[in-house]
Amino acid sequence: MGRTLAEKVWEQHVVRRAEGEPDLLYIDLHLIHEVTSPQAFDGLRLAGRGVRRPDLTIATEDHNVPTVLGPISDPVSKTQVETLRKNAAEFGVRLHPMGDAGQGVVHIIGPQFGLTQPGMTIVCGDSHTSTHGAFGAIAFGIGTSEVEHVLATQTLPAYRPKTMAIEVSGELPPGVTAKDLILAIIARIGTGGGQGYIVEYRGEAVRKLSMEGRMTVCNMSIEAGARAGLIAPDETTFAYLEGRPHAPQGELWDQAVEYWKTLRTDDDAVFDKVVEIDASTLTPYVTWGTNPGQGLPLGESVPSPESFSDPVERAAAERALEYMGLTAGTPLREVEVDTVFVGSCTNGRIEDLRAAAEILRGRQVKTRTLIVPGSMLVKLQAEQEGLHEVFRSAGAEWREAGCSMCLGMNPDTLQPGERSASTSNRNFEGRQGKGGRTHLVSPQVAAATAVTGRLTAPADL
Amino acid sequence: MEAFTTHTGTAVPLRRSNVDTDQIIPAVWLKQVSRTGFEKGLFAAWREDPSFVLNDPAYAGGTVLVSGPDFGTGSSREHAVWALQQYGFRVVIAARFGDIFRNNSTKMGLLPVVLPGDKVEALQAAVEADPTLQVTVDLEGREVRWADETVPFEIDDYTRWRLLEGLDDIGLTLRHADDIAAYENGRQPWLPTTV
Repeated sequence: MGRTLAEKVWEQHVVRRAEGEPDLLYIDLHLIHEVTSPQAFDGLRLAGRGVRRPDLTIATEDHNVPTVLGPISDPVSKTQVETLRKNAAEFGVRLHPMGDAGQGVVHIIGPQFGLTQPGMTIVCGDSHTSTHGAFGAIAFGIGTSEVEHVLATQTLPAYRPKTMAIEVSGELPPGVTAKDLILAIIARIGTGGGQGYIVEYRGEAVRKLSMEGRMTVCNMSIEAGARAGLIAPDETTFAYLEGRPHAPQGELWDQAVEYWKTLRTDDDAVFDKVVEIDASTLTPYVTWGTNPGQGLPLGESVPSPESFSDPVERAAAERALEYMGLTAGTPLREVEVDTVFVGSCTNGRIEDLRAAAEILRGRQVKTRTLIVPGSMLVKLQAEQEGLHEVFRSAGAEWREAGCSMCLGMNPDTLQPGERSASTSNRNFEGRQGKGGRTHLVSPQVAAATAVTGRLTAPADL
Repeated sequence: MEAFTTHTGTAVPLRRSNVDTDQIIPAVWLKQVSRTGFEKGLFAAWREDPSFVLNDPAYAGGTVLVSGPDFGTGSSREHAVWALQQYGFRVVIAARFGDIFRNNSTKMGLLPVVLPGDKVEALQAAVEADPTLQVTVDLEGREVRWADETVPFEIDDYTRWRLLEGLDDIGLTLRHADDIAAYENGRQPWLPTTV
């Protein structure tokens, strides 16, 4: 019987397999940032262990860093960033600190350096590591104990998750993006729907996505509960990779591409579960609640809790509406927002900024609008294209690279009761700052919303 | 890691679903570089509400958290596990867990127990009726017991063994250092390094 893509990549990385034990899996790339690593390095020191493969490890500063120029003013954040610097120096790990041309959100810099390649295993102490699956890699988030384990051994003991295919037929209509697709998928299968699975996104609509779009889709796999999400590599993948600093060159490039072309699910392979979605029926999506599964097409209204037959979902909806300050039946297009955030590992890449700029060109924003490039290289490229001038002319703020308003760990936060349209990945209570209310949207919807001050699709302008 | 064999204690019913790790420990608490002191941040935002279950003196000292489905979704922060443990919890019972949270828990000796949704509800109701109810979580026997109820749960043999023995994963893996070295010699030549 044939094998799925996930099974092929997994098998390639099994160091040791024994009856009744998890597989010992080799890790090709370990990404590190300031928040989930300090206790892991402490653990190494306590046990007198070193980093087995510093040459397969890379660190950056992203979660805590301010996105305006200048030092970190919060002393606790500052200590954490300084701790990463000390640890990277002590253990010989390459670090891209604040101000460095290679600094950025950990999941943006891996692909941009060409370190993320098809068929690899990639981990990071961050749940959005699934982003790298866009290249046909198995990439997943881990906790600090596992960070320490990978530092010490370059492996992880793990049971292979089950496999799920999400088959996306048809084509995304104009104005409907990768973000809308993944929000629609999560709304369909729920925040636990992918639990225990590696998801492979397949089908015509997925094949037509750019690498940036594929990264957006895979990024939010965790929001559907999946351990990882991946997409088979193809010409789009190879074209993105070729010439990047860490991509193979010359004869090795040819060998690699030959191998990468085998990284597809065999025609006779069987998935443990299959979900089918028709892309042609999709419209821009927006979340109304406090988990990423609570999403609807922008054309709909805030749902009534009574419309949920499942009592758990009904209770969750009731609580979400109360937290979000929304009334059932209100058209989503009438929901007014205070702040718009374009950025994050979900939508902080150049294509996302271009999409937002296209809508903001020649227009004025009505809300506080933060445009935050995902990395210093994205920032540089955007500035070379003049996008920063478009944003500034529209009245938006053009920032330095970082996680910014995705997660409420740095100065970019919402105030209690403030409402945002955000291109990030989580609308949890307090995610963007205590009491903040988040609506997850695409960069296009975010930009259009900034112009009107209400949740808006570009086509409405 | 602290070994886990059998634990008996009182329980705290948390009647919420999708308890993401941002709720368990808000991001502002993640800036610490130590492993201690996280109990103060446990459910920090929710605890500001006087009616939140952890503020109810009837449940003080509870060591078994009984939650709605999809507990520990979202962020990979292991700080969520540390916060629960440092607050005093030894076990979390729910119908479904976030994968990363469940993994992190078993690395630290906090036992995540999956029970069917109706059994979770029955336990929550029993605890609400009598907050002094003694709940026993028996990892050796793979069952949860309260009053006259006995409900089995599944956990893989390997994880159960590690928890029962309190074994450190890194130590176990380093027994196979030769296998790792052999694997490394056969890795594909085009794979990137960060240097």
